[in-house]
Amino acid sequence: MPKDGGIGASVKRREDVRFLTGKGRYTDDINIRGQLYAFFLRSDVAHGRLKSVDTAAASDMPGVVRIFTAADFAGVGGIPCGWQVTDRFGKVMQEPKHPVLADGKVRHVGDPIAMVVAETLDQARDAAEAIRVEIEELPPVLNMKDALKPDAPKVHDELTSNLCYDWGFVEENREAVAKAFEGAAHHITLDLVNNRLVANPMEPRVAVGDYEDHSGMHTLYTTSQNPHVIRLLMGAFVLGIPESKLRVVAPDVGGGFGSKIYHYAEEAAVTFAAKQVKRPVKWTASRSEAFISDAQGRDHLTRIELALDKDHNFLALRTETHANMGAYLSTFAPSIPTWLHGTLMAGNYKTPLVYVNVKAVFTNTVPVDAYRGAGRPEATYQLERIIDKAARELGVDPVELRRKNFIQPDQFPYQTPVAVVYDTGNYQATMDKLLELSDHAGFAARAEESKKRGRLRGFGIAHYIEACGIAPSNLVGQLGARAGLYESATVRVNATGSITIFTGSHSHGQGHETTFAQVVAEMIGIDASQVEIVHGDTSNSPMGMGTYGSRSLAVGGSAMVKATNKIINKAKKIASHLLEASEQDIEFKDGKFTVAGTDRSKTWVDITLAAYVPHNYPLESLEPGLEETAFYDPSNFTYPAGAYGCELEIDPDTGKVTILAFTAADDFGNVVNPMIVEGQVHGGLAQGIGQAMLENCVFDENGQLLSGSFMDYAMPRADDLPFFKVDHSCITPCTHNPLGVKGCGEAGAIGSPPAVVNAVIDALQRGGYSHIDHIDMPVSPARVWAAMHQR
Amino acid sequence: MKLSDSRDIAAAPEMVWAAILDPEVLHQCIPGCQSMTGSVAEGFEAVVKQKVGPVSATFTGHVSFSDVVEGRSLTITGEGKGGVAGFAKGGAAVTLEPILEGTRLTYDVDASVGGKIAQLGSRIVDSFAKKMADEFFARFQDAVEPPTEEELAAAAEVEAAAAEAAEEAEATGDGADHKKGWFRRMIGV
Repeated sequence: MPKDGGIGASVKRREDVRFLTGKGRYTDDINIRGQLYAFFLRSDVAHGRLKSVDTAAASDMPGVVRIFTAADFAGVGGIPCGWQVTDRFGKVMQEPKHPVLADGKVRHVGDPIAMVVAETLDQARDAAEAIRVEIEELPPVLNMKDALKPDAPKVHDELTSNLCYDWGFVEENREAVAKAFEGAAHHITLDLVNNRLVANPMEPRVAVGDYEDHSGMHTLYTTSQNPHVIRLLMGAFVLGIPESKLRVVAPDVGGGFGSKIYHYAEEAAVTFAAKQVKRPVKWTASRSEAFISDAQGRDHLTRIELALDKDHNFLALRTETHANMGAYLSTFAPSIPTWLHGTLMAGNYKTPLVYVNVKAVFTNTVPVDAYRGAGRPEATYQLERIIDKAARELGVDPVELRRKNFIQPDQFPYQTPVAVVYDTGNYQATMDKLLELSDHAGFAARAEESKKRGRLRGFGIAHYIEACGIAPSNLVGQLGARAGLYESATVRVNATGSITIFTGSHSHGQGHETTFAQVVAEMIGIDASQVEIVHGDTSNSPMGMGTYGSRSLAVGGSAMVKATNKIINKAKKIASHLLEASEQDIEFKDGKFTVAGTDRSKTWVDITLAAYVPHNYPLESLEPGLEETAFYDPSNFTYPAGAYGCELEIDPDTGKVTILAFTAADDFGNVVNPMIVEGQVHGGLAQGIGQAMLENCVFDENGQLLSGSFMDYAMPRADDLPFFKVDHSCITPCTHNPLGVKGCGEAGAIGSPPAVVNAVIDALQRGGYSHIDHIDMPVSPARVWAAMHQR
Repeated sequence: MKLSDSRDIAAAPEMVWAAILDPEVLHQCIPGCQSMTGSVAEGFEAVVKQKVGPVSATFTGHVSFSDVVEGRSLTITGEGKGGVAGFAKGGAAVTLEPILEGTRLTYDVDASVGGKIAQLGSRIVDSFAKKMADEFFARFQDAVEPPTEEELAAAAEVEAAAAEAAEEAEATGDGADHKKGWFRRMIGV
């Protein structure tokens, strides 16, 4: 019988009450008395030398309080990068300066040049019009391969070239991989593009800086997925403010998808300005601004090669990728195409030899960083595409080719050739589940029926693995991370038994307020309504690393479980005192402490009251109060995996692709709230299908973003998507975290793009277009039609 | 963005040539033009107020002339800055060719836009440019082509009415008479 509370119950999201009734409190809802408004004047050219910025006339405009330019930030640091990658020759990456406001050069359309602070937003905007900027235009660097040519213009004059790093992984395997290809019976090659995406969370970025003159206390309200990380980066590296004098608050945040992980210049600028002008300063991005200032995602050019023996066993895999960094290094940008991408290149397969080469390139475009999945979708896409291509070239069933090469259920824990160790998994089970749920057996009949209607029907499969629960700090430290990746929780039990939990994780749509409460309510045996989750404010929660990489429950939840266990242990001590029994004899179940084998017991509230009203209490051996903090640092990543199937039809007259069915069979380990997991998968699938079918960043030859509004950047809508079939009944619990959970936030966006493209190719080849073995995303009607008519 | 077209204008090539290079003609013919000053040798300074899709902006810019083959062809190059709305720049190669009806004016425009107006996408910008060109030539033809018989008759009526009105209140306009064929009359044809 399904539970109606606790772990495993589809409890309705308590936060939705405020979100759905307009009661959410977002950063833009925060207005502080005396607040001023900031407007950023941004570069409208992609590359140029900043000859002069004349603010004289603008400064005299009505309402203008102050105009900031690069010169005002001369005494502060630049925007830091949080990860240093070492290249295949042992050299650290080229790391350019990233000034808060453009200094000397502008490097992408949208690069901020000046910040006007005025009484009203309109006044600030009007004054920005009056700033006279003289830019000597330089030829922009846009194409990654051209950017690496010796005569290419340089994005950063102080660097030796536009190459950030040339990374090889595992470099020692390079020769062995080459050798394996020489002797292989089959050698499959595929060139593909992983298209650049704009994250487009529903809520654009907002930052409000506040400063208290008498205490020297700074407060930044910001749309962030990780307020503690922003406090550390901005305080320590940019503005030089000790953490004790800097509070960062990320209240309700309307989606992030990665784009709100990073420390952005606007956050530092308003915090700095608030102190200078001694008034609060607010900046709210317009949607147009978000398109040219939020870090973007993906943008890889890849050649992937697969070697197989005569029996179709995978022998070796080799990839060469050009990864676009954009104009500056965003907070985690260097780690995405390397450690979050190369380490996943083994996929679900026992390929013994893998070599991954990644050249990260600077261009005059918006910076690129993690976007839902971050590196893992890029790895999965190329791997699952080439396996499909291999199956077609070899004339074998794509399902069988995968099954044959899967890491088998009895091989776990499994050491891959790309450093990571998968703890658990059962890929045959998820594949079985997919074929069952999608009625794969009935596909041939359905294809026949489509044919009668003049349509081309196709079925595409992809199997993915991701590394989530990011991540063991000692490991990522060795890989170049400049931060730890633990998580924290403080569990505060109140006198009358209710519980307030302060988590270092951050919820911006994930439903932590519901699921985290479910876990603790079950552990203590009280109703979830007695458990409150507090997050997003550095002034009340312990230092945490925030939410991304599907890590909240696996890492943040584990910290919370750890702290709750400390609470239970202490509560047992109190109970043993009150019950005059030995601590070992105290049993705790359903909120009741019982002396084993007797009917003598104390309730949860008896204990919590005793802790705060310690009249009868072992004060000589135990502190009063009931509050515990725990930090949890995982010993490994978690490895969610799953099989995805896409069934679609193509209209041969127009090239239009219509997705008819999409099935996801995931193994997320244990599941706390199936309804929320299902919602996470739905959202991920929508974004993955969006990438595969619709979304794309297009820059013109001058570096202007042509798809810079929702008129030209096609976001997926309800009628672009089928009803999803989502299953997570295949469970191999994670072996190294207390809940046995793996994470589900990114899976949908990782597994779906190759399933869609594989289905498109399947439909075309079945329909007689056997010359088409690849179409780059997005598979728009124009691209499909063009491929069909190109012989 | 590229835009190529040709127009047949019922006026002699000499007149069309003179009109193209006259700042007052450009002032009257460029939609939203607020001022146009300068000379062919030095180039023109222009201020144009326009609304591109949802973006309103005042563009200030410089227009210069090159490759001038007297009475035959020239290249017009310009750049307009619209503040936070972005910029537009480009060139037009213009050729005049005498035809039976007067002059065939052929133009090849190669223009680019940047900043917010580029972000709006080519659908808006391209159709905007096309509309601007159509409006420009409609006004230009109005300025240089002789009025038809009907138009003359209609104009006479309007003039009579205007003369009456002028007796009551003195005209306060910029002094230019911008009825059809005004440029012809101005240069005394």
